[in-house]
This record gives sequence, structure tokens and C-alpha cells, in this order.
Amino acid sequence: MFFDSFFKKKSSGSVAVDRLKLVLVSDRAGCSPELMEQIKTDIIDVISKYVEIDKKGLEIKITQTESAEGNGIVPALIANIPISEMKVKNS
Amino acid sequence: MGEVIVITSGKGGVGKTTTTANIGTGLSKLGKSVVLIDTDIGLRNLDVVMGLENRIVYNLVDVVEGNCRIKQALIKDKRNPNLYLLPSAQAKDKTAVSPEQMKKLADELKNEYDYILMDCPAGIEQGFKNAVAGATRAIVVTTPEVSAVRDADRIIGLLEGYAMSDIQLIVNRLRPDMVKREDMMSSDDVVGVLGIELIGIIPDDENIVISTNRGEPLVGSDTMAGQAYMNISRRVAGEEVPWLNLYYRNGMFNRIFSRLRKKA
Repeated sequence: MFFDSFFKKKSSGSVAVDRLKLVLVSDRAGCSPELMEQIKTDIIDVISKYVEIDKKGLEIKITQTESAEGNGIVPALIANIPISEMKVKNS
Repeated sequence: MGEVIVITSGKGGVGKTTTTANIGTGLSKLGKSVVLIDTDIGLRNLDVVMGLENRIVYNLVDVVEGNCRIKQALIKDKRNPNLYLLPSAQAKDKTAVSPEQMKKLADELKNEYDYILMDCPAGIEQGFKNAVAGATRAIVVTTPEVSAVRDADRIIGLLEGYAMSDIQLIVNRLRPDMVKREDMMSSDDVVGVLGIELIGIIPDDENIVISTNRGEPLVGSDTMAGQAYMNISRRVAGEEVPWLNLYYRNGMFNRIFSRLRKKA
């Protein structure tokens, strides 16, 4: 179809597969959005003790990764925490 | 010693009851003795799909409570001599039966029949636990939709906590034309996401509606769904059956060809 190719739209079938994969990762890990938010604030608290971080740029999500022991795909917590400034140790 | 198989899905309306009716009828056509149990207490359905709603005297709750013997509650199918239905209770509530009672019932039936199929209610509460309690094998029904597959994944996770020899998948209501133009997940997509063994694909077929209207399962008939269900029944019984080509009847050439073949 002309319009499909014009907008380079992904087929709805593959959109469905992608959305499913994402939602199942958090389902399987038993990790609700509320729990994620708690983890996030706790991480911010801990890291903030040592360095100044860009809270808005902080990204945290559950994904899948190959396990280190080689027993297949396992859920993994990935956090991307931009540091805006290192705190100088006073002691 | 028979086998107790639970047919489940998590999400409602994906075709558990139709699947139970057709696989059960299919197995009996293969010469097996089969009991179908409707475990959805309060929402009885399997009886109408089987066309046996007028013959109910006793139900599952009567059996469990000891108001009658098992044999008295089993309804003989109209057409197939080795096929029986144990209907659910319509007036009772979900807590009328416990998983322990279901397991005891399944174990008793197992001694006399080849297959006991449990038609599981939607959801993951008491009804699910009842249906799964006595089963040693599970068939998960899903449709190629995000919501149904998600629920199937949840159910598979729960089933892994039970001692099942097999957890197999049916992808129901697949539309080959939509898959072809990539507007529907393929069975491969669904299997890839869920990671369990596929035992059959049922194409979306209006004949299912017609057969449900009549209360006559269409397994074994000359329809796409009828053939697909027969193949699944054979696979359940342990046969190796080649996969149906669902894309076969779509083309103009094939339509003419199959018409010619029918005449021949």
C-alpha cells in the first residue's frame, strides 16, 4: 500500500509481539509499576549520598538478559543514572 | 490408567469450552473412552455446546456432596458411545467444591476412562485451582491477541507449580489472511513468546458458530476447524500428525481445485 510504505509503519502484528515481550518481562518478574517506582526512589536516595545525580535523566527498567551461569534468559534490572557532579568528600 | 487433562486459558472467551467439546468428541471418535467435566460452577456452558442441556439430572456438586453416584451424574453423549459429560452446577457458588474433592473425583474416573478433560473457568481463582487439582497434563488455549497471550503466560507460570507431565498450546481463531499481511501474530510468534510446545492451530471458522448453535461439535467434519480439531485429538492421543496447511484454501486456484476434488 502506498500510505503504508510512505509512513514506514510497522505491521500491527510485529507491534503486538514487541508490546507483549515488554509486558511479559515485568509480569514474569512479578514487578509492578509501583514497585519499580519504589526501587527508583530508593536508588536515588542511596546514590545521592555519594554523588549528585540528574534525577530527571534517571532511567530504570526490567529487561531480559542472558544469564551469567548460562541457564537461559533471565530478568535483569537495568539502571541508567547520569551523574551531574561528584560530591567532594569532606572527611 | 487414564489421563486427566485440564483445558485452560486465563482469559475468558478464547474457546476453552469449544476446545474441550471438540477434543473430547474427537478422542471418542478415535475409540477412546472420555469424560468431560465442566468445572465452571455457577456458569454452566459445556452442556449446551455438547447439545446435552436437556438431559441433566445431577451435576458435579451433587457428586462431590454425595447426593448421587458418579455414574448417575454422567450424561451419555447423543452420538458417541464412549463419551460422557459431567455438567457443572448452575445454582451453587464457586466454593461448593474444593481442589481435594476434585482430585479424588479425577483419580476415581481415571481408573475407568481413557481421558478425563477438565473444562476450566476463566480466571486464576478457586475455579482454576479446582480444575487443575487432579490434572497431570494441561492444554492452554489462546488467541493471537496481546491480552489473551499475556493471560496465557500467567497461566503457564501457575501451571508450572503443579506436577504436569505436559503443558501444550493451542492457538485458536487464527486468521491466515491477516497473518499473511502481518496484521495478526502468527502461531510462531505466539509460541516464541510463550515458549511451550504447540499442539494445534485452529483457524477462525464460522462453522464453529454454526456447530455451537446446533450443539454438535464439528470435530472430524470437512471444515478447516473440524480437521484442525481432529488433528489435535490425534496428537493428544499420541499420534504424529502433519500440520494442516491453513493457507491452502485461500487462493482462487485452490478454491476451484477443491471444488473439483469434492465432486470427484
